[in-house]
Amino acid sequence: MRTYSALALLREGLSGHRGWQRAWADATPKPHYDVVIIGGGGHGLATAHYLAAEHGISNVAVLEKGWIGGGNTGRNTTIVRSNYLWDESARLYDHALGLWEGLSDALNYNVMFSQRGVMNLAHNLGDVREGKRRVNALRLNGVDSEWLEPAAVKAFCPPLEVGAAARYPVMGATLQRRAGTARHDAVAWGYARAASARGVDIIQNCEVTGFRREGGRIAAIETTRGSMTAGKVGMVVAGHSSVLADMAGFRLPVESHTLQALVSEPVKPVLDTVVMSNAVHVYVSQSDKGELVIGAGIDDYLSYAQRGSFPVIEHQMGALLALFPSFSRLRMLRGWGGTVDICPDASPIIGRTPLDNLFINCGWGTGGFKATPGSGHVFAHTIARGEPHPLAAPFGLERFTSGRLIDEHGAAAVAH
Amino acid sequence: MLLIVCPHCGPRDQTEFSHGGEAGRVRPANPEVLGDAEWTDYLFMRTNPKGVHKERWCHSAGCRKWFVTGRDTRSHGWVK
Repeated sequence: MRTYSALALLREGLSGHRGWQRAWADATPKPHYDVVIIGGGGHGLATAHYLAAEHGISNVAVLEKGWIGGGNTGRNTTIVRSNYLWDESARLYDHALGLWEGLSDALNYNVMFSQRGVMNLAHNLGDVREGKRRVNALRLNGVDSEWLEPAAVKAFCPPLEVGAAARYPVMGATLQRRAGTARHDAVAWGYARAASARGVDIIQNCEVTGFRREGGRIAAIETTRGSMTAGKVGMVVAGHSSVLADMAGFRLPVESHTLQALVSEPVKPVLDTVVMSNAVHVYVSQSDKGELVIGAGIDDYLSYAQRGSFPVIEHQMGALLALFPSFSRLRMLRGWGGTVDICPDASPIIGRTPLDNLFINCGWGTGGFKATPGSGHVFAHTIARGEPHPLAAPFGLERFTSGRLIDEHGAAAVAH
Repeated sequence: MLLIVCPHCGPRDQTEFSHGGEAGRVRPANPEVLGDAEWTDYLFMRTNPKGVHKERWCHSAGCRKWFVTGRDTRSHGWVK
């Protein structure tokens, strides 16, 4: 793999950009791998990368039923933050944020991580109390967080309507300055390239159709590109987790819903941070291309259609215009939906399954993108050692039996 | 927008309805005799099919009737 650098860019610029190589090799399936990762999204690719980079396991395949970056990795609003209330979540998501801070260097790939801050607005007394509590909880966990009074909110984000006559008066906000956005495709491409360079097979258009089980283990994986055996199997398929668990013969506490988002036409820089509102449920940032990226909540019924319903769009645009009246003449360019796997406690599931050599990483629901490096990092450790990474240990499937849930509903800075 | 057929009022917009989740989950008659695994299965585990899902809806902004219907989660088409 040739290293990307300013010098390489200059050299290619002078020679007509004809010398660039493919970022990763298009592999064909081999009959056996030490580890097979099912799911070539950001989390799966990150897992494969850390297996090779940190645990010396490079006989690894990543099976992707579509194309790299075509699932939820390319269907989110690119927000990265770690302002979660509970200790277990704060540690896990802040571990991810720490990895984000060095990710472009580590991968030799510009993931365009921009620490522009994430602000969560408070519109009523309940929001204010919850916000201040969360700021304190985060600080106790060593996560940066601060409380802004309305004047400071206005100064930090001038286009925001904070007046007393506003439809949703702003009574303050929490701010995490280390949070921000990253380029979602680049994260998938960067991990794929780095993993491929270490010998990981990235296999696209390869859908898992079944498992052959023997003695409480996965003996073979059946795919649309033939069958293969694996020492260990990691399942990282987000919205399709229940479908694969069903093939493997166990049940999961997740439900698949559509989470949709949309972007406006591109405009000049107008918003240099991420603004989220829990109470009116909309979040917005501006991409480097100039589009406003706008998201909201899930559709409340189950769906695998990757297609959202219009009432959610209507609600989120109404909320957006109340917060930013100046956006009223923007036209919306395109929308999309992803299938997210929602857990009863809005926290992910990372760890072992009822099958001995099958490991699972799912349930990230509406908040998986921000966790991509951390998720892959702790899951690679979990697979390589056969026991959970200390940060992942509280997130095992067994918590639904023990009752030790990590209830981030409404506590995670945004309603799910 | 889904067009949902209320058995009492006929076809109405989705915004008049509340989704009630998977149908057919029956609370165990004697929870005290259940093991943790069975209780977990009732409380948290879901079928979550990619295909026909039997689900409950409530016509909450209309006649308030609860009813069960089938819907294909791939196409959003209604299934008897």
